[in-house]
Amino acid sequence: MTHILMLSGVLFTLGTLGVLIRRNAIVMFMSVELMLNAANLAFVGFARSREALDGQVFVFFVIAVAAAEVAVGLALIVSIYRNRSSIDVDMVSDLKG
Amino acid sequence: MTAEFAIFLGLAAVAITAAVAMLVSRNAVYSALFLVIVFLTIAVLFLLLSAAFIAMVQVAVYAGAIMVLFLFVIMLLGSENVESEPGHRWQFATALVLSYALIIQFIIVALVMPSETADQFAEIAEGFGSPASVGTLLFNEYLIPFEVTSLLLLAAMVGAIVLARWERTT
Repeated sequence: MTHILMLSGVLFTLGTLGVLIRRNAIVMFMSVELMLNAANLAFVGFARSREALDGQVFVFFVIAVAAAEVAVGLALIVSIYRNRSSIDVDMVSDLKG
Repeated sequence: MTAEFAIFLGLAAVAITAAVAMLVSRNAVYSALFLVIVFLTIAVLFLLLSAAFIAMVQVAVYAGAIMVLFLFVIMLLGSENVESEPGHRWQFATALVLSYALIIQFIIVALVMPSETADQFAEIAEGFGSPASVGTLLFNEYLIPFEVTSLLLLAAMVGAIVLARWERTT
């Protein structure tokens, strides 16, 4: 269990790092997916060690929510691209004072 | 070292390498393909943790549907290499420091976790994590959340269509 939690933590951290250092909105979004997957891994690990299936059902819900989130998020990115022909997040700074 | 632990180590190495490769590759298409590798290794890890149904869902939904959507949008926008110049050095350094702090926290939590069955997994009942057992739990105890999920997916579908459609300005 300990090593599964560690792998989950490492993958989550890599996802965080991706959100922080990349400028391409799509790659940032993929990093968010990586973070979700790391959390799913921890869920399944706990389900296995507690011998309770509830964790796996939660992963099922997380995957459904992730699918919805990807659909809306990618639609937002397409919409941003239409408006300013770029998905570089540094270009989207209208609210900057 | 048991065989399962050896398999776990191999999968973990593949997953971490692919995740790092995803972060550093300049081309978004390569990033997406490396992410597919991560998703597939995590699916195999689910199998190792006796979650057969979730592993299949992971392959079908994540490695299948979600990544196809990503690749489709990347190629639709032609945005493989939109990254601007690395820009702020201090931002990169701050991100690295914060990530180190986060990873150290994770490791501490994993190590001090109260663990009656820390590394030794007990024998598991036959059929744990099979579609039948997950379905029984899903459609009995979690029926209402399951139905709400369908509403969420409908709302997401409507929202995506509204956001992404062409505005006719005539």
